[in-house]
Amino acid sequence: MFSFCTDPATLDRLPWFACYLTTGVHMSFYVAFLKVVALLVVTAPVALGFGFLGAMAARAHFAPLSLVGKTYIAIVRGVPDIAFFLFFVIALDQGFEWVRHKVLCPDWDQPIRQGNDFVVCAQAKLPLGNAAQWVHETYGFALAVITFSIVFGAFAANVLFGAMRAVPHAQLETAAAYGMSHGQVFRRVVVPQMWVYALPGLSNLWMVLIKATPLLFLLGIEDIVYWARELGGARMGRFSSYPHPDWRMWYFLVLLVFYLCFTRVSEILLERMTQRLSHGQATAGGDAQRDAGLA
Amino acid sequence: MRKLILATTALALGTGLASAQDRTVRMGTEGAYAPYNFVNDAGEIDGFERELGDELCKRAELTCEWVKNDWDSIIPNLVSGNYDTIMAGMTITDERDEVIDFTQDYQPPTPSPYVALSEDVDLENGVVAAQTGTLQAGYVAETGATLVEFATFDETIAALRNGEADAVLADHDYLAPVVEESGGELVFVGEPVPLGRGIGMGVRESDTDLRETFDSAISAMKEDGSLNELLKKWFGEDSPTY
Repeated sequence: MFSFCTDPATLDRLPWFACYLTTGVHMSFYVAFLKVVALLVVTAPVALGFGFLGAMAARAHFAPLSLVGKTYIAIVRGVPDIAFFLFFVIALDQGFEWVRHKVLCPDWDQPIRQGNDFVVCAQAKLPLGNAAQWVHETYGFALAVITFSIVFGAFAANVLFGAMRAVPHAQLETAAAYGMSHGQVFRRVVVPQMWVYALPGLSNLWMVLIKATPLLFLLGIEDIVYWARELGGARMGRFSSYPHPDWRMWYFLVLLVFYLCFTRVSEILLERMTQRLSHGQATAGGDAQRDAGLA
Repeated sequence: MRKLILATTALALGTGLASAQDRTVRMGTEGAYAPYNFVNDAGEIDGFERELGDELCKRAELTCEWVKNDWDSIIPNLVSGNYDTIMAGMTITDERDEVIDFTQDYQPPTPSPYVALSEDVDLENGVVAAQTGTLQAGYVAETGATLVEFATFDETIAALRNGEADAVLADHDYLAPVVEESGGELVFVGEPVPLGRGIGMGVRESDTDLRETFDSAISAMKEDGSLNELLKKWFGEDSPTY
Protein backbone atom coordinates (compact mmCIF):
# COMPACT_ATOMS: atom_id res chain seq x y z
CA MET A 1 0.00 0.00 0.00
CA PHE A 2 2.59 2.59 1.09
CA SER A 3 5.99 2.99 -0.52
CA PHE A 4 7.82 2.25 2.75
CA CYS A 5 6.17 -1.15 3.11
CA THR A 6 8.67 -3.09 1.00
CA ASP A 7 10.52 -4.53 4.01
CA PRO A 8 8.17 -4.61 6.99
CA ALA A 9 10.68 -6.34 9.29
CA THR A 10 12.74 -3.14 9.54
CA LEU A 11 9.85 -0.82 10.37
CA ASP A 12 8.97 0.83 13.67
CA ARG A 13 5.74 0.00 15.37
CA LEU A 14 3.58 2.75 13.87
CA PRO A 15 4.57 2.39 10.20
CA TRP A 16 4.51 -1.41 10.69
CA PHE A 17 0.88 -1.24 11.70
CA ALA A 18 0.13 1.20 8.88
CA CYS A 19 1.46 -1.39 6.44
CA TYR A 20 -0.02 -4.37 8.26
CA LEU A 21 -3.51 -2.90 8.37
CA THR A 22 -3.50 -2.09 4.66
CA THR A 23 -2.46 -5.49 3.27
CA GLY A 24 -4.67 -7.22 0.72
CA VAL A 25 -6.18 -9.54 3.33
CA HIS A 26 -7.12 -6.62 5.55
CA MET A 27 -8.87 -4.99 2.61
CA SER A 28 -10.97 -8.15 2.37
CA PHE A 29 -11.70 -7.77 6.09
CA TYR A 30 -12.93 -4.19 5.56
CA VAL A 31 -15.03 -5.24 2.57
CA ALA A 32 -16.63 -7.86 4.84
CA PHE A 33 -18.01 -5.04 7.04
CA LEU A 34 -19.69 -3.64 3.96
CA LYS A 35 -21.11 -7.10 3.27
CA VAL A 36 -22.73 -7.16 6.70
CA VAL A 37 -24.21 -3.69 6.21
CA ALA A 38 -25.37 -4.62 2.69
CA LEU A 39 -27.05 -7.74 4.06
CA LEU A 40 -28.96 -5.65 6.59
CA VAL A 41 -29.91 -2.95 4.11
CA VAL A 42 -31.30 -5.51 1.66
CA THR A 43 -32.75 -7.98 4.14
CA ALA A 44 -34.66 -5.56 6.36
CA PRO A 45 -37.07 -4.23 3.69
CA VAL A 46 -37.42 -7.62 1.99
CA ALA A 47 -38.18 -9.31 5.31
CA LEU A 48 -40.67 -6.57 6.11
CA GLY A 49 -42.32 -7.24 2.74
CA PHE A 50 -42.46 -10.96 3.50
CA GLY A 51 -43.86 -10.10 6.91
CA PHE A 52 -46.51 -7.83 5.48
CA LEU A 53 -47.65 -10.46 3.00
CA GLY A 54 -47.57 -13.12 5.71
CA ALA A 55 -49.64 -11.01 8.08
CA MET A 56 -52.13 -10.11 5.36
CA ALA A 57 -52.47 -13.77 4.44
CA ALA A 58 -52.87 -14.81 8.07
CA ARG A 59 -55.76 -12.39 8.70
CA ALA A 60 -57.46 -13.06 5.35
CA HIS A 61 -61.08 -14.18 5.42
CA PHE A 62 -60.42 -16.79 2.74
CA ALA A 63 -59.61 -19.85 4.88
CA PRO A 64 -56.89 -21.57 2.76
CA LEU A 65 -54.95 -18.29 2.42
CA SER A 66 -55.19 -17.69 6.13
CA LEU A 67 -53.92 -21.22 6.70
CA VAL A 68 -50.92 -20.62 4.44
CA GLY A 69 -50.03 -17.42 6.31
CA LYS A 70 -50.42 -19.00 9.72
CA THR A 71 -48.47 -22.11 8.75
CA TYR A 72 -45.60 -19.99 7.43
CA ILE A 73 -45.43 -18.06 10.69
CA ALA A 74 -45.75 -21.17 12.85
CA ILE A 75 -43.18 -23.29 11.01
CA VAL A 76 -40.44 -20.68 10.74
CA ARG A 77 -40.94 -19.49 14.29
CA GLY A 78 -40.94 -23.03 15.64
CA VAL A 79 -37.68 -24.23 14.12
CA PRO A 80 -34.24 -23.07 15.32
CA ASP A 81 -32.86 -20.38 13.00
CA ILE A 82 -29.63 -22.22 12.49
CA ALA A 83 -31.40 -25.33 11.19
CA PHE A 84 -33.31 -23.16 8.74
CA PHE A 85 -30.21 -21.36 7.58
CA LEU A 86 -28.41 -24.57 6.86
CA PHE A 87 -31.45 -26.18 5.27
CA PHE A 88 -32.62 -23.32 3.03
CA VAL A 89 -29.29 -22.50 1.50
CA ILE A 90 -28.77 -26.06 0.30
CA ALA A 91 -32.44 -26.65 -0.55
CA LEU A 92 -32.82 -23.40 -2.50
CA ASP A 93 -29.62 -24.00 -4.44
CA GLN A 94 -30.50 -27.58 -5.33
CA GLY A 95 -34.11 -26.60 -6.02
CA PHE A 96 -33.08 -23.90 -8.51
CA GLU A 97 -30.63 -26.25 -10.21
CA TRP A 98 -33.21 -29.03 -10.36
CA VAL A 99 -35.77 -26.78 -12.05
CA ARG A 100 -33.20 -25.43 -14.53
CA HIS A 101 -32.04 -28.97 -15.21
CA LYS A 102 -35.60 -30.10 -16.06
CA VAL A 103 -36.12 -27.10 -18.33
CA LEU A 104 -32.73 -26.84 -20.01
CA CYS A 105 -31.71 -30.48 -20.34
CA PRO A 106 -34.84 -32.54 -21.05
CA ASP A 107 -32.76 -35.22 -22.86
CA TRP A 108 -30.56 -35.99 -19.87
CA ASP A 109 -30.92 -39.69 -19.08
CA GLN A 110 -28.78 -40.06 -15.95
CA PRO A 111 -30.26 -39.72 -12.48
CA ILE A 112 -29.67 -36.40 -10.69
CA ARG A 113 -28.82 -38.11 -7.44
CA GLN A 114 -25.95 -40.54 -7.94
CA GLY A 115 -25.17 -41.91 -4.51
CA ASN A 116 -23.89 -38.90 -2.59
CA ASP A 117 -23.55 -36.67 -5.62
CA PHE A 118 -26.04 -34.12 -6.83
CA VAL A 119 -25.39 -34.05 -10.58
CA VAL A 120 -27.14 -31.70 -13.01
CA CYS A 121 -26.09 -30.93 -16.58
CA ALA A 122 -23.48 -28.21 -17.08
CA GLN A 123 -25.97 -25.67 -18.48
CA ALA A 124 -28.18 -26.01 -15.40
CA LYS A 125 -25.43 -25.21 -12.92
CA LEU A 126 -26.05 -22.09 -10.89
CA PRO A 127 -23.96 -20.08 -11.38
CA LEU A 128 -22.46 -21.63 -14.51
CA GLY A 129 -19.25 -23.57 -13.88
CA ASN A 130 -17.15 -21.10 -15.89
CA ALA A 131 -18.58 -17.99 -14.21
CA ALA A 132 -16.16 -15.68 -12.43
CA GLN A 133 -15.61 -16.09 -8.70
CA TRP A 134 -17.48 -12.85 -7.87
CA VAL A 135 -20.58 -14.28 -9.57
CA HIS A 136 -20.40 -17.33 -7.30
CA GLU A 137 -19.95 -15.10 -4.28
CA THR A 138 -22.85 -12.85 -5.24
CA TYR A 139 -25.04 -15.90 -5.79
CA GLY A 140 -24.12 -17.25 -2.35
CA PHE A 141 -24.85 -13.85 -0.86
CA ALA A 142 -28.24 -13.69 -2.61
CA LEU A 143 -29.16 -17.11 -1.20
CA ALA A 144 -28.23 -15.84 2.24
CA VAL A 145 -30.41 -12.74 1.79
CA ILE A 146 -33.38 -14.87 0.72
CA THR A 147 -32.90 -17.18 3.69
CA PHE A 148 -32.58 -14.32 6.16
CA SER A 149 -35.68 -12.72 4.64
CA ILE A 150 -37.77 -15.88 4.89
CA VAL A 151 -36.80 -16.42 8.52
CA PHE A 152 -37.09 -12.83 9.70
CA GLY A 153 -40.14 -12.31 7.50
CA ALA A 154 -42.02 -14.86 9.62
CA PHE A 155 -41.19 -13.02 12.82
CA ALA A 156 -42.13 -9.71 11.20
CA ALA A 157 -45.40 -11.29 10.02
CA ASN A 158 -46.24 -12.26 13.56
CA VAL A 159 -45.47 -8.77 14.86
CA LEU A 160 -47.52 -7.10 12.10
CA PHE A 161 -50.38 -9.57 12.56
CA GLY A 162 -50.58 -8.55 16.21
CA ALA A 163 -50.20 -4.86 15.36
CA MET A 164 -53.04 -4.99 12.85
CA ARG A 165 -55.30 -6.47 15.48
CA ALA A 166 -54.23 -3.85 18.02
CA VAL A 167 -55.68 -0.99 16.01
CA PRO A 168 -58.78 0.01 18.07
CA HIS A 169 -61.75 -1.92 16.78
CA ALA A 170 -64.12 1.02 17.22
CA GLN A 171 -62.21 2.89 14.52
CA LEU A 172 -62.66 0.06 12.06
CA GLU A 173 -66.38 -0.07 12.79
CA THR A 174 -66.66 3.68 12.38
CA ALA A 175 -64.88 3.47 9.04
CA ALA A 176 -67.25 0.69 7.97
CA ALA A 177 -70.20 2.79 9.08
CA TYR A 178 -68.97 5.55 6.77
CA GLY A 179 -69.36 3.05 3.95
CA MET A 180 -65.72 2.09 3.40
CA SER A 181 -65.14 -1.30 1.85
CA HIS A 182 -62.98 -3.95 3.53
CA GLY A 183 -59.93 -2.96 1.47
CA GLN A 184 -60.45 0.72 2.11
CA VAL A 185 -60.60 0.18 5.87
CA PHE A 186 -57.39 -1.81 5.66
CA ARG A 187 -55.54 0.76 3.55
CA ARG A 188 -56.86 3.95 5.18
CA VAL A 189 -57.25 2.98 8.82
CA VAL A 190 -55.39 -0.21 9.72
CA VAL A 191 -52.09 0.20 7.85
CA PRO A 192 -51.40 3.85 8.76
CA GLN A 193 -52.07 3.22 12.43
CA MET A 194 -50.58 -0.20 12.98
CA TRP A 195 -46.93 0.94 12.85
CA VAL A 196 -46.92 2.42 16.29
CA TYR A 197 -48.03 -0.94 17.68
CA ALA A 198 -45.59 -2.82 15.47
CA LEU A 199 -42.57 -0.69 16.18
CA PRO A 200 -41.50 -2.16 19.55
CA GLY A 201 -41.63 -5.65 18.04
CA LEU A 202 -39.98 -4.61 14.79
CA SER A 203 -37.19 -2.72 16.51
CA ASN A 204 -36.55 -5.76 18.64
CA LEU A 205 -36.40 -7.82 15.46
CA TRP A 206 -33.97 -5.38 13.86
CA MET A 207 -31.64 -5.80 16.84
CA VAL A 208 -31.88 -9.57 16.58
CA LEU A 209 -31.20 -9.33 12.85
CA ILE A 210 -28.05 -7.27 13.44
CA LYS A 211 -26.84 -9.81 15.94
CA ALA A 212 -27.71 -12.69 13.62
CA THR A 213 -25.42 -11.47 10.83
CA PRO A 214 -22.47 -13.62 11.99
CA LEU A 215 -24.58 -16.55 10.76
CA LEU A 216 -23.30 -15.54 7.32
CA PHE A 217 -20.11 -17.27 8.34
CA LEU A 218 -22.04 -20.54 8.68
CA LEU A 219 -23.38 -20.14 5.17
CA GLY A 220 -19.86 -20.11 3.77
CA ILE A 221 -19.74 -16.35 3.18
CA GLU A 222 -16.50 -14.71 4.18
CA ASP A 223 -17.92 -12.24 6.65
CA ILE A 224 -16.24 -10.31 9.44
CA VAL A 225 -16.20 -13.29 11.78
CA TYR A 226 -14.40 -15.41 9.19
CA TRP A 227 -11.77 -12.75 8.58
CA ALA A 228 -11.32 -11.95 12.27
CA ARG A 229 -10.53 -15.59 12.92
CA GLU A 230 -8.37 -15.89 9.83
CA LEU A 231 -6.38 -12.67 10.40
CA GLY A 232 -6.16 -13.04 14.16
CA GLY A 233 -4.60 -16.51 14.01
CA ALA A 234 -0.84 -16.66 14.62
CA ARG A 235 1.22 -16.03 11.48
CA MET A 236 4.69 -17.33 10.84
CA GLY A 237 7.50 -15.42 9.17
CA ARG A 238 7.86 -18.06 6.49
CA PHE A 239 4.44 -17.46 5.04
CA SER A 240 3.82 -13.80 5.77
CA SER A 241 5.84 -10.58 5.87
CA TYR A 242 3.94 -9.63 9.01
CA PRO A 243 4.48 -12.43 11.53
CA HIS A 244 2.52 -12.03 14.76
CA PRO A 245 1.30 -14.24 17.62
CA ASP A 246 -2.32 -15.17 18.22
CA TRP A 247 -4.25 -11.87 18.00
CA ARG A 248 -7.73 -13.27 17.71
CA MET A 249 -8.78 -11.62 20.96
CA TRP A 250 -8.09 -8.16 19.53
CA TYR A 251 -9.84 -8.88 16.28
CA PHE A 252 -12.91 -10.15 18.08
CA LEU A 253 -12.78 -7.09 20.33
CA VAL A 254 -13.04 -4.96 17.19
CA LEU A 255 -16.14 -6.93 16.16
CA LEU A 256 -17.62 -6.46 19.61
CA VAL A 257 -17.14 -2.69 19.42
CA PHE A 258 -18.52 -2.64 15.88
CA TYR A 259 -21.70 -4.46 16.89
CA LEU A 260 -22.15 -2.37 20.03
CA CYS A 261 -21.85 0.89 18.08
CA PHE A 262 -24.20 -0.41 15.43
CA THR A 263 -26.91 -1.48 17.86
CA ARG A 264 -26.52 1.74 19.89
CA VAL A 265 -27.02 3.93 16.82
CA SER A 266 -30.02 1.79 15.83
CA GLU A 267 -31.53 2.21 19.29
CA ILE A 268 -31.28 6.00 19.09
CA LEU A 269 -32.84 6.12 15.63
CA LEU A 270 -35.63 3.73 16.57
CA GLU A 271 -36.41 5.76 19.68
CA ARG A 272 -36.81 8.87 17.51
CA MET A 273 -39.05 7.00 15.13
CA THR A 274 -41.26 5.84 18.01
CA GLN A 275 -41.58 9.43 19.20
CA ARG A 276 -42.69 10.57 15.79
CA LEU A 277 -45.15 7.71 15.24
CA SER A 278 -46.72 8.12 18.67
CA HIS A 279 -47.72 11.66 17.75
CA GLY A 280 -51.46 11.95 18.19
CA GLN A 281 -51.99 8.23 18.76
CA ALA A 282 -54.33 6.73 21.36
CA THR A 283 -51.43 4.93 23.03
CA ALA A 284 -49.51 5.49 26.26
CA GLY A 285 -46.73 7.21 24.27
CA GLY A 286 -49.22 9.44 22.48
CA ASP A 287 -50.97 10.35 25.73
CA ALA A 288 -47.68 11.26 27.35
CA GLN A 289 -46.89 13.59 24.45
CA ARG A 290 -50.32 15.22 24.80
CA ASP A 291 -49.87 15.66 28.54
CA ALA A 292 -46.53 17.32 27.99
CA GLY A 293 -48.21 19.73 25.64
CA LEU A 294 -46.38 18.56 22.58
CA ALA A 295 -49.41 17.69 20.57
CA MET B 1 16.64 -27.75 -20.86
CA ARG B 2 14.34 -28.90 -18.10
CA LYS B 3 11.83 -26.27 -19.14
CA LEU B 4 11.87 -27.69 -22.64
CA ILE B 5 11.18 -31.24 -21.40
CA LEU B 6 8.42 -29.87 -19.22
CA ALA B 7 6.88 -28.10 -22.14
CA THR B 8 6.95 -31.16 -24.37
CA THR B 9 5.39 -33.42 -21.73
CA ALA B 10 2.74 -30.79 -21.16
CA LEU B 11 2.08 -30.72 -24.88
CA ALA B 12 2.00 -34.52 -25.13
CA LEU B 13 -0.39 -34.68 -22.20
CA GLY B 14 -2.52 -31.89 -23.53
CA THR B 15 -3.33 -33.66 -26.77
CA GLY B 16 -4.57 -36.71 -24.91
CA LEU B 17 -6.90 -34.66 -22.75
CA ALA B 18 -8.88 -32.74 -25.28
CA SER B 19 -12.19 -33.92 -23.81
CA ALA B 20 -11.63 -32.18 -20.50
CA GLN B 21 -10.91 -28.80 -22.07
CA ASP B 22 -13.12 -25.71 -22.22
CA ARG B 23 -14.22 -26.20 -18.69
CA THR B 24 -13.40 -24.07 -15.69
CA VAL B 25 -12.39 -26.36 -12.88
CA ARG B 26 -13.10 -24.94 -9.46
CA MET B 27 -10.44 -26.03 -6.98
CA GLY B 28 -11.66 -26.15 -3.39
CA THR B 29 -9.20 -25.60 -0.56
CA GLU B 30 -9.21 -24.53 3.06
CA GLY B 31 -6.74 -21.64 3.00
CA ALA B 32 -5.73 -22.15 6.62
CA TYR B 33 -3.15 -24.93 6.48
CA ALA B 34 0.31 -23.59 5.73
CA PRO B 35 2.46 -24.65 3.97
CA TYR B 36 -0.12 -26.73 2.04
CA ASN B 37 -2.54 -23.89 1.49
CA PHE B 38 -2.91 -20.50 3.12
CA VAL B 39 -3.98 -16.95 2.42
CA ASN B 40 -0.97 -14.71 1.84
CA ASP B 41 -0.63 -11.02 2.72
CA ALA B 42 -2.17 -10.01 -0.59
CA GLY B 43 -5.27 -12.05 0.20
CA GLU B 44 -4.56 -14.74 -2.40
CA ILE B 45 -4.40 -18.48 -1.88
CA ASP B 46 -0.78 -19.56 -1.73
CA GLY B 47 1.22 -22.64 -0.74
CA PHE B 48 2.35 -26.05 -1.97
CA GLU B 49 -1.07 -27.06 -3.23
CA ARG B 50 -1.66 -23.76 -5.00
CA GLU B 51 1.60 -24.12 -6.91
CA LEU B 52 1.06 -27.82 -7.61
CA GLY B 53 -2.58 -27.33 -8.58
CA ASP B 54 -1.76 -24.50 -10.99
CA GLU B 55 0.96 -26.63 -12.58
CA LEU B 56 -1.40 -29.61 -12.93
CA CYS B 57 -4.04 -27.40 -14.51
CA LYS B 58 -1.48 -25.97 -16.91
CA ARG B 59 -0.40 -29.45 -17.96
CA ALA B 60 -3.99 -30.62 -18.35
CA GLU B 61 -4.82 -27.37 -20.21
CA LEU B 62 -7.63 -26.60 -17.83
CA THR B 63 -8.69 -23.22 -16.60
CA CYS B 64 -8.65 -23.43 -12.84
CA GLU B 65 -10.08 -21.16 -10.21
CA TRP B 66 -9.41 -21.42 -6.48
CA VAL B 67 -12.20 -21.40 -3.96
CA LYS B 68 -11.96 -21.30 -0.19
CA ASN B 69 -14.23 -23.43 1.96
CA ASP B 70 -14.31 -24.35 5.61
CA TRP B 71 -12.71 -27.68 6.43
CA ASP B 72 -15.85 -28.91 8.20
CA SER B 73 -18.01 -28.70 5.09
CA ILE B 74 -15.35 -29.24 2.45
CA ILE B 75 -16.58 -32.71 1.42
CA PRO B 76 -20.36 -31.94 1.45
CA ASN B 77 -19.79 -28.88 -0.72
CA LEU B 78 -17.73 -30.88 -3.22
CA VAL B 79 -20.47 -33.48 -3.42
CA SER B 80 -23.20 -30.88 -3.96
CA GLY B 81 -21.17 -29.35 -6.77
CA ASN B 82 -19.98 -26.00 -5.38
CA TYR B 83 -16.51 -26.83 -6.68
CA ASP B 84 -14.93 -29.73 -8.55
CA THR B 85 -11.83 -30.77 -6.62
CA ILE B 86 -10.41 -30.66 -3.12
CA MET B 87 -6.72 -29.90 -2.62
CA ALA B 88 -6.52 -29.22 1.07
CA GLY B 89 -3.85 -31.49 2.52
CA MET B 90 -6.48 -34.22 2.64
CA THR B 91 -5.14 -37.65 3.50
CA ILE B 92 -6.62 -40.51 1.51
CA THR B 93 -8.60 -42.77 3.86
CA ASP B 94 -11.13 -45.56 3.32
CA GLU B 95 -13.75 -43.57 5.18
CA ARG B 96 -13.44 -40.58 2.86
CA ASP B 97 -13.04 -42.81 -0.17
CA GLU B 98 -16.57 -44.09 0.37
CA VAL B 99 -17.99 -40.61 -0.11
CA ILE B 100 -15.66 -39.12 -2.72
CA ASP B 101 -12.93 -40.37 -5.05
CA PHE B 102 -9.25 -39.57 -4.82
CA THR B 103 -6.54 -39.22 -7.43
CA GLN B 104 -3.26 -40.93 -6.70
CA ASP B 105 -1.34 -39.33 -3.84
CA TYR B 106 0.75 -36.24 -4.55
CA GLN B 107 2.55 -36.36 -1.23
CA PRO B 108 3.79 -39.64 0.25
CA PRO B 109 2.47 -40.55 3.71
CA THR B 110 4.38 -38.86 6.53
CA PRO B 111 3.98 -40.02 10.14
CA SER B 112 2.13 -37.54 12.38
CA PRO B 113 4.15 -36.39 15.40
CA TYR B 114 3.02 -35.12 18.80
CA VAL B 115 4.01 -31.62 19.85
CA ALA B 116 4.03 -30.41 23.45
CA LEU B 117 5.49 -27.70 25.68
CA SER B 118 7.87 -30.11 27.40
CA GLU B 119 9.27 -33.62 26.97
CA ASP B 120 7.56 -35.16 30.00
CA VAL B 121 3.88 -35.10 28.99
CA ASP B 122 1.70 -38.17 29.32
CA LEU B 123 0.56 -38.99 25.80
CA GLU B 124 -1.22 -42.13 26.94
CA ASN B 125 -3.62 -40.56 29.45
CA GLY B 126 -3.26 -36.80 28.98
CA VAL B 127 -5.32 -34.33 26.98
CA VAL B 128 -4.48 -34.28 23.27
CA ALA B 129 -5.79 -31.65 20.83
CA ALA B 130 -6.49 -32.33 17.15
CA GLN B 131 -8.48 -30.75 14.35
CA THR B 132 -12.07 -31.98 14.00
CA GLY B 133 -12.63 -34.58 11.32
CA THR B 134 -8.98 -35.41 10.80
CA LEU B 135 -7.22 -38.76 10.92
CA GLN B 136 -5.32 -37.56 13.96
CA ALA B 137 -8.57 -36.86 15.85
CA GLY B 138 -9.76 -40.37 14.99
CA TYR B 139 -6.51 -41.84 16.21
CA VAL B 140 -6.47 -39.95 19.52
CA ALA B 141 -10.05 -41.05 20.19
CA GLU B 142 -8.86 -44.66 20.00
CA THR B 143 -5.98 -44.18 22.44
CA GLY B 144 -6.48 -43.73 26.17
CA ALA B 145 -5.89 -39.98 25.89
CA THR B 146 -8.70 -37.42 26.19
CA LEU B 147 -9.39 -35.85 22.81
CA VAL B 148 -10.21 -32.16 22.47
CA GLU B 149 -11.19 -31.09 18.98
CA PHE B 150 -10.93 -27.68 17.31
CA ALA B 151 -12.23 -26.39 14.00
CA THR B 152 -8.80 -25.22 12.80
CA PHE B 153 -5.22 -26.29 13.43
CA ASP B 154 -4.41 -22.82 14.64
CA GLU B 155 -6.72 -23.30 17.56
CA THR B 156 -5.12 -26.62 18.55
CA ILE B 157 -1.77 -24.85 18.87
CA ALA B 158 -3.40 -21.99 20.80
CA ALA B 159 -4.97 -24.56 23.15
CA LEU B 160 -1.56 -26.16 23.72
CA ARG B 161 0.02 -22.78 24.50
CA ASN B 162 -2.64 -21.77 27.01
CA GLY B 163 -2.58 -25.13 28.77
CA GLU B 164 -5.94 -26.41 27.65
CA ALA B 165 -4.24 -29.40 26.03
CA ASP B 166 -1.07 -31.30 26.95
CA ALA B 167 -0.12 -32.12 23.36
CA VAL B 168 -1.18 -31.68 19.75
CA LEU B 169 -1.26 -34.45 17.17
CA ALA B 170 -1.08 -33.21 13.58
CA ASP B 171 0.62 -33.61 10.21
CA HIS B 172 4.38 -33.32 10.39
CA ASP B 173 4.62 -30.72 7.67
CA TYR B 174 2.19 -28.45 9.37
CA LEU B 175 3.82 -28.77 12.78
CA ALA B 176 7.46 -28.53 11.66
CA PRO B 177 7.49 -24.77 10.86
CA VAL B 178 5.44 -24.04 14.00
CA VAL B 179 7.97 -25.85 16.18
CA GLU B 180 10.87 -24.25 14.33
CA GLU B 181 9.57 -20.71 14.83
CA SER B 182 8.53 -21.19 18.45
CA GLY B 183 12.18 -20.80 19.52
CA GLY B 184 12.27 -23.88 21.74
CA GLU B 185 8.88 -23.31 23.36
CA LEU B 186 7.34 -26.24 21.49
CA VAL B 187 9.03 -29.61 21.08
CA PHE B 188 8.28 -32.86 19.30
CA VAL B 189 7.56 -35.62 21.82
CA GLY B 190 6.98 -39.36 21.70
CA GLU B 191 6.92 -41.55 18.62
CA PRO B 192 5.30 -40.23 15.43
CA VAL B 193 2.15 -42.14 14.45
CA PRO B 194 1.99 -43.55 10.91
CA LEU B 195 -1.43 -42.63 9.50
CA GLY B 196 -3.10 -42.71 6.09
CA ARG B 197 -2.06 -43.37 2.52
CA GLY B 198 -0.63 -40.03 1.53
CA ILE B 199 -2.36 -36.87 0.38
CA GLY B 200 -4.46 -36.84 -2.76
CA MET B 201 -6.86 -34.66 -4.66
CA GLY B 202 -10.54 -35.31 -3.94
CA VAL B 203 -13.11 -35.37 -6.76
CA ARG B 204 -16.76 -36.39 -6.99
CA GLU B 205 -17.30 -40.11 -7.57
CA SER B 206 -19.28 -39.32 -10.72
CA ASP B 207 -16.47 -37.18 -12.13
CA THR B 208 -14.30 -39.97 -13.54
CA ASP B 209 -12.97 -37.90 -16.47
CA LEU B 210 -11.60 -35.21 -14.23
CA ARG B 211 -10.01 -37.77 -11.92
CA GLU B 212 -8.23 -39.47 -14.81
CA THR B 213 -7.08 -36.13 -16.20
CA PHE B 214 -5.47 -35.09 -12.94
CA ASP B 215 -4.18 -38.62 -12.31
CA SER B 216 -2.16 -38.61 -15.49
CA ALA B 217 -0.91 -35.07 -14.86
CA ILE B 218 0.28 -36.15 -11.41
CA SER B 219 1.96 -39.25 -12.91
CA ALA B 220 3.78 -37.03 -15.40
CA MET B 221 4.98 -34.72 -12.63
CA LYS B 222 6.17 -37.71 -10.61
CA GLU B 223 8.09 -39.08 -13.60
CA ASP B 224 9.91 -35.90 -14.57
CA GLY B 225 10.81 -35.07 -10.97
CA SER B 226 9.01 -31.74 -10.89
CA LEU B 227 6.74 -32.92 -8.09
CA ASN B 228 9.77 -33.85 -5.97
CA GLU B 229 11.19 -30.39 -6.49
CA LEU B 230 7.97 -28.81 -5.29
CA LEU B 231 7.90 -31.10 -2.24
CA LYS B 232 11.48 -30.12 -1.38
CA LYS B 233 10.76 -26.44 -1.93
CA TRP B 234 7.80 -26.36 0.45
CA PHE B 235 8.61 -29.09 2.99
CA GLY B 236 12.41 -29.01 3.14
CA GLU B 237 15.17 -31.19 1.75
CA ASP B 238 14.46 -34.10 4.13
CA SER B 239 10.83 -34.43 3.15
CA PRO B 240 9.93 -37.86 1.72
CA THR B 241 9.69 -37.78 -2.08
CA TYR B 242 8.78 -40.18 -4.89
